[in-house]
Amino acid sequence: MKVKFWGVRGSIASPGPHTVRYGGNTTCIEIRTDNNELIILDAGTGIFPLSQTLLTELPVQANVFITHSHWDHIQGLPFFIPNFIPGNLLRLHGAFDPVSGKGVEQVMSVQLQYSYFPVREAEMKARIEYVTLAPEQPIQVGSATITPYLLNHPVINFGYRIESHGKSVFFTGDHEPPYNIYEPGDAEYAEYQTFIDEKQAAILKAVQGVDVLIADTSYTAQEYPAKKGWGHGTFESSIQVARQAGARVLYCTHHEPTRSDDALEAAFAQALADNPAPPADKTEIRLAREGDSYEF
Amino acid sequence: MYIRLNHRSPLLMSPEQSQRLAAAVDDMPAFPKSVQKILELTRDVDCTPKDLVQVIDKDPVLTVKVLKVVNSAHYNLPKQVTSINHAVVFMGFNTIKNLALSIAAIGMLPKSNAAGFDVQQYLLHSLATAGIAKQLASDLDNADPMDCFIAGLLHDFGKVVFAQFMPDEFRQALEASQRDGSSLHEALQHSIGADHALVGAMLVEKWRFPPLLVDTIRNQHGAGLKETDMTTCVFAANQISKKLQFGFGGNACIEELPPAMARRLGGNLDAVITRLGDLDALFEEAQIFSRLES
Repeated sequence: MKVKFWGVRGSIASPGPHTVRYGGNTTCIEIRTDNNELIILDAGTGIFPLSQTLLTELPVQANVFITHSHWDHIQGLPFFIPNFIPGNLLRLHGAFDPVSGKGVEQVMSVQLQYSYFPVREAEMKARIEYVTLAPEQPIQVGSATITPYLLNHPVINFGYRIESHGKSVFFTGDHEPPYNIYEPGDAEYAEYQTFIDEKQAAILKAVQGVDVLIADTSYTAQEYPAKKGWGHGTFESSIQVARQAGARVLYCTHHEPTRSDDALEAAFAQALADNPAPPADKTEIRLAREGDSYEF
Repeated sequence: MYIRLNHRSPLLMSPEQSQRLAAAVDDMPAFPKSVQKILELTRDVDCTPKDLVQVIDKDPVLTVKVLKVVNSAHYNLPKQVTSINHAVVFMGFNTIKNLALSIAAIGMLPKSNAAGFDVQQYLLHSLATAGIAKQLASDLDNADPMDCFIAGLLHDFGKVVFAQFMPDEFRQALEASQRDGSSLHEALQHSIGADHALVGAMLVEKWRFPPLLVDTIRNQHGAGLKETDMTTCVFAANQISKKLQFGFGGNACIEELPPAMARRLGGNLDAVITRLGDLDALFEEAQIFSRLES
């Protein structure tokens, strides 16, 4: 199985001299099973350079899984070049949005409005299919089984576990570990905490024993209090889940758009120093970097 | 094709009608005070989840609509959700907030309706029943206080649906029940062919609410009364709030506790009321919430 990062930036694409090492494109991850089946996690701006590499292997059957519908995870979709070439297939998977009452087709139709993009869906030459998923209902893509899990973000966000030939990857998309909205003195505190504990246990179970965990580490522990409720994790929260779940490798991603390469490395080094590995812990922790790939 | 909805009367509600009723609830507005509070709270980017949850979970319409979404097949949750707090943990606070906001955007439940049903008094009765049911549950082993609260809040949901969507038939039943002091359940069976308990239960069942909640709403009255700790709490709370005239749900007929329920609660209605002690604070809180003016 192979994982390749095409976009590791959160919120907004951030090219420039200060992000040249880790990259400025927003979220997009390419997964290849041992059978070379193509699974793409999120369609941020990173999907554009990825799509250019696909032109050498036409016809393309791309299985795109959208974690959630925020711009930085969908913005590259209209620029997915195989869409314009007959014979290709784009199968887009994602969640149902309870607020709009629409399925995953919404992420495409919103962007293809004529005021915002010149090509209408009807004019695209590839076949485009939409699959709206329900949490914990696995779907088969060739040799891979992909299971969505409901995580915590301002919109419905799926974390995906991908398993193929005994190997596995979990990507959180954007996720803030749920916290208690009550104060310890409130009557509702204890009951709410049991809901959270159940949810955390379910997340841990979903990630359990994964080979590669790719997790939202937008903030440092110091930054987090000012960003509570924004729907993002920290280096700490992700390191903790990775270790508890026995993940072999943790990739930290969704880097803050204002964080320069130097600042990112410094924040990462600080998080590692603040969270020393317990004895016998084998989780390897890395910073996700645009262009890097990992084969296992 | 017509199905038979209850054993006492010939059926007047077809599956198409029940489907229409369920669909109509989608466009049903929430109570004025909660709409006002939601608009106020959501204008503030720093609004705390706690403040908003405490508005949603006291409004039967908002509660029904949020639970309907979270329990829907789209999310296929491992177990059905009975509380707004639980819904927040599953869906995230912002999703619940935006759902509430889109419900608030529909408008406000009008204070008067063609059925002549006082929705403010109804809300007061529902809130008082919820609060008392929760309090009773803390003395029984097999009744979850939060489940009892929500069952109390929603036990008469069918009535507010009738008032909105079948006002003429509902008015007839209300008037008949008031005329001769008979049970509203029977009057509704006569005018609509199904009472509010049956229709309320049918709706929440369609929306995949937990079976316990469906059962408690369905079996709140009469011969079919299922006797469990939870139905005992909600049934007793309903009779107590009628007896103490905490609001008014349109049914003046007070039923004594059946013997098995009295055994569970350690006495008849009056004994339970005495044991509950001072309910002024509970009633005051319900009143603040149901009043239109802030």
